[in-house]
Amino acid sequence: MASLVSHPDEVKVVTRRFGLGATNIDRYLELDGYKAVQKALGMDADAIINEVKNSGLRGRGGAGFSTGMKWSFVPKQSAKPKYVLCNGDESEPGTCKDRLIFEHDPHAVIEGVMIGGLAVGARSGYIYIRGEYRYLSIIMQKAIRDAYAKGFLGKNIFGSGRDFDIYWHGGAGAYEVGEESALMESLEGKRGIPRIRPPFPAVVGLWGGPTVINNAETLASVPHIMLGGAEWYAKIGPPKNGGTRLFCLSGNVAKPGVYELPMGYSLKKMIYEVGGGIPNGRSLKAVVPGGSSTPCLTADEIDINMDFDSVAKAGSMLGSGGVVVLDDQQCIVKFALRTMKFYQHESCGWCIPCREGTDWLKKTLIRFHSGGGVKKDIDNMQYLSENMLGRTFCPLGDAAAMPTIAFVKKFRKEFEDHLDGRPCPYEKAGVAEEMEALSH
Amino acid sequence: MKFSEEFEARFAEMVPHYPTKRSALVPTLLYAQDEVGFLSDEVIAELAGRLDLTELEVRNVISYYSMLTTKPRGKFNLQVCTNISCLVRGGEEILQHCAKKLGVGHKGTTPDGLFTLEEVECIGACSWAPAAQVNYDFHENLTTEKMDRVLDKCLAQAQEQLQRIKSVDSLADTLSQRSEG
Repeated sequence: MASLVSHPDEVKVVTRRFGLGATNIDRYLELDGYKAVQKALGMDADAIINEVKNSGLRGRGGAGFSTGMKWSFVPKQSAKPKYVLCNGDESEPGTCKDRLIFEHDPHAVIEGVMIGGLAVGARSGYIYIRGEYRYLSIIMQKAIRDAYAKGFLGKNIFGSGRDFDIYWHGGAGAYEVGEESALMESLEGKRGIPRIRPPFPAVVGLWGGPTVINNAETLASVPHIMLGGAEWYAKIGPPKNGGTRLFCLSGNVAKPGVYELPMGYSLKKMIYEVGGGIPNGRSLKAVVPGGSSTPCLTADEIDINMDFDSVAKAGSMLGSGGVVVLDDQQCIVKFALRTMKFYQHESCGWCIPCREGTDWLKKTLIRFHSGGGVKKDIDNMQYLSENMLGRTFCPLGDAAAMPTIAFVKKFRKEFEDHLDGRPCPYEKAGVAEEMEALSH
Repeated sequence: MKFSEEFEARFAEMVPHYPTKRSALVPTLLYAQDEVGFLSDEVIAELAGRLDLTELEVRNVISYYSMLTTKPRGKFNLQVCTNISCLVRGGEEILQHCAKKLGVGHKGTTPDGLFTLEEVECIGACSWAPAAQVNYDFHENLTTEKMDRVLDKCLAQAQEQLQRIKSVDSLADTLSQRSEG
């Protein structure tokens, strides 16, 4: 069980039932549970979509696309069944928020899937949870069973004459499956190789049927929007960036934790006030603002607001909400290497620029970190990364390239400090080699 | 081959959730692995048959997912995260400490078959780093001392089971001696 934190600046929307025992369906009902879906049952599909559109809710998985807009792309008429798919394959390094949602408020996700289903005209939904989250799968499976037992799922839900089914599905370890087309492949019992688009999942998705795929946090936000209204939700954040965000604060801060803050909250305040600053008398070196795939920001670049548009303007991405803080004793070359090892490990090998690019970058970074860096490799890393951008089926190639470009550009001097056989300035002699021998 | 009743009930419930049988494959493989310890030739043949797939198709899927394995592992699969959030809070030290203590490297299994050590990618415990999983249990905010306590607990659990098996064996011996006598 992951521990909860709190801060006075938090705006509790998605987290408001956390720690209140809402995994129990009766307790959930006492806490306004299943009211939102009943409200949605009394609305027509377009009205639901408009409400979500007007709320300014954008995809919490990382891309930040308008949820209402995504739902509106699903054709009204379809010969094949339509589906709602909840993406709970949370695996972007730095991200641990969906875990808390599943642990504390699984019925909110169920309700979100149901409302999404009503909006797009689907009669069933799947909740995909990564394999490592076994205890959360157990919680979710029970929540689904309880909802069926109350008659909230299945035939004639809430006496509306409409049917809706929700099924749990589990993964078995794969970052790439968090990408929506790979997620569908995995659900269909295959390797998580991405699909070519178009057609987009909204038109041709699971088993060929139109499919709406949303992150768990996105779907857990939906019932609150239905109850509180689009206007209320939109006003929590700046224009076009409605609501709150579960920020997963990690790394070198005094008080790491998952904090629900309004969209557009200051990154500086998040680190120094909410997170309690950098411990051990050290100073800030860099921040990865939205999970490992987002370009880092230097200590001079943190005076920004954490909403999709402001972070994009600062040259990075709000991503999945994983804010990883690095103090002045962290080696950027080593950090870049660990990031690249991850992407190399997770690349499925389907697209050559990603398969080869991540491997070459990993090898180059290993050489750098163990003191064998060559000057021209600094530019080579940049060149390699830039040539991966936009040249792959799924965003994994970009996810590997974008942070690397930023590390090299913003911390060139640290790479130069590793040249000509010089040992890593941040690590005790021999540790890098020892770790390399042990590491995958 | 025989799986537990729990597995069979789960399998029977899960397959009709999908329009195609093979859709149940990934979670089914993981549940089968949990029971058998690894995905043996026998398990692969059995599941391929049940889901109308070739064994090759099943192996193809297995090789994609990092949690699935066709090789036996230790009773306790110790998965230490060294990804970015854990890295900056000492994840590597935890991994090195475990490697020294257990005398094995990445994906190595101790000779007694108790522990397998694995360096893993992000397990979603970033705000409680450094973290590790023993089988499915999370252990967070780790220090080397805390890790030692986790490993000691595993050992105690294994020894307790061994004692139980031994006492059952000795009981069986006594009974058989008696019936012979």
